[in-house]
Amino acid sequence: MTRADVCVVACAEAWRGDGALLASPMGLIPKLGAQLAQLTFAPELVLSDGEATLVRDGEVEGWLPYRAVFAVVAAGTRHVMMGASQIDRFGNQNISCVGDWARPTRQLLGVRGAPGNTVNHATSYWVPRHEPRVFVDRVDMVCGVGHDRGAVEIRRVVTNLAVLDFDTPDRSMRLRSVHPGVSVAEVRAATGFPLTVPASVPDTRSPTESELALIHDRLDPDSLRHKEIR
Amino acid sequence: MTTMTVDDVVAELRDGMTIGVGGWGSRRKPMALVRAVCRAGLRDLTVVSYGGPDVGLLIAAGCVRRVVTGFVSLDSIPLEPHFRRARQQGEIELTEYDEGMLYWGLLAAANRLPFLPIRAGLGSDVPRVNPNLRTVRSPYEDGSELIAMPAVTLDAALVHLNRADRRGNARYLGPDPYFDDLFCLAARRRFVSCERLVSTAELVDGGPPQGLLLNSMMVDGVVETPRGAHFTSCVPDYDRDEAFQREYATAAAGPAEWDRFRATYLDGDEEHYQKAVAAR
Repeated sequence: MTRADVCVVACAEAWRGDGALLASPMGLIPKLGAQLAQLTFAPELVLSDGEATLVRDGEVEGWLPYRAVFAVVAAGTRHVMMGASQIDRFGNQNISCVGDWARPTRQLLGVRGAPGNTVNHATSYWVPRHEPRVFVDRVDMVCGVGHDRGAVEIRRVVTNLAVLDFDTPDRSMRLRSVHPGVSVAEVRAATGFPLTVPASVPDTRSPTESELALIHDRLDPDSLRHKEIR
Repeated sequence: MTTMTVDDVVAELRDGMTIGVGGWGSRRKPMALVRAVCRAGLRDLTVVSYGGPDVGLLIAAGCVRRVVTGFVSLDSIPLEPHFRRARQQGEIELTEYDEGMLYWGLLAAANRLPFLPIRAGLGSDVPRVNPNLRTVRSPYEDGSELIAMPAVTLDAALVHLNRADRRGNARYLGPDPYFDDLFCLAARRRFVSCERLVSTAELVDGGPPQGLLLNSMMVDGVVETPRGAHFTSCVPDYDRDEAFQREYATAAAGPAEWDRFRATYLDGDEEHYQKAVAAR
């Protein structure tokens, strides 16, 4: 079992209990997580190939071009897991640019669908490198909105170190679990704002034998997940 | 309706126009038309696009004053190098919308509506960077406040489809129509390039009726441009040319490399481009 395997399972867990909705993972490890969830505890999840085709366990099962994705977004029957170049304690996310928007020091992707996603349906985030320049006091451009700005639900933030959620009275970020081998102090040091930490923090659950077999043999036989996280 | 050449299409365009470009990211972009616009050296364009290398090439050629978009990306290479540099050096203006807002803006224009209400954008910094953006309150019992997404009206639309006939009926053969029909419906002048110009009978026989995305009412000019979406994907006719896209992105990293790339591929006409691509 590797850290990447733990992250895949932690991503999969974000979709537990969602029922029949569109799971939209951005990035390899979230994708493996969504596929694992669909193959195991969340068979009702609907997954696309990232373009216009719906797939289940490698087989085509439907068609969902981008314009139909926007209808699903507006209907609220979707749970996306996006990346975040910056994220704050209420889950406001930035993927547009770093620095002053008028003339950024680093132009990134643009807001993409993050504003619409976060006011319409559940959103989670995947951060492959948990560090203070990602977990910031204030994001430079609010793309995905957080709980203080009208987000429907920011469910989880899964990183290479830990799982965070928003299960606090003011719906700000909380440490939910640390990956096996990671200390709470490490997570605090890698987070650029004061993090709510419960009295006792459990370890992120380890993959089961059958989950590991699915990840290794079926979903990612070429072990590409180890390139995204070591 | 007439069939045209790429240069005929460019002759219909003017400096300062607002031009919509179909496709999505690095997928089914009307690149032959974009290359022709670059060669003609049009200036001060406002480019509306789900942005990919179309935006990058136009910026590199100095054609762009403003980009209207939700993102600019090469898909397999996340960041578009020309767009990135131009933004960081303050060379272009940007109107940044959520992807769904842009869809709604095109839909409003296509329906001749001044705006359409949408939730996307509420609470985000999109209104902050678009100070002219307004909200509207529902006149019904819910009374909810929504973004009033203004119509994105285009002077011209450029799109690329797999097949078309001489009247401007056109079919996509890949999995996604993207928003090419809306770009045409939102524009005053509409130009379609296609992989193959075919008879109406062959066009109709070439797939299910639902794939006939454009009809002759939506199109003012048709151009046959084989491999005209290169290096973006135009499935099933061809996939994205990943090796060439990497070459493009690498060349964009420095002025000397870009000059060499431009001299090799872009300084001649479309025929020269396709030959240079094939010869590498």
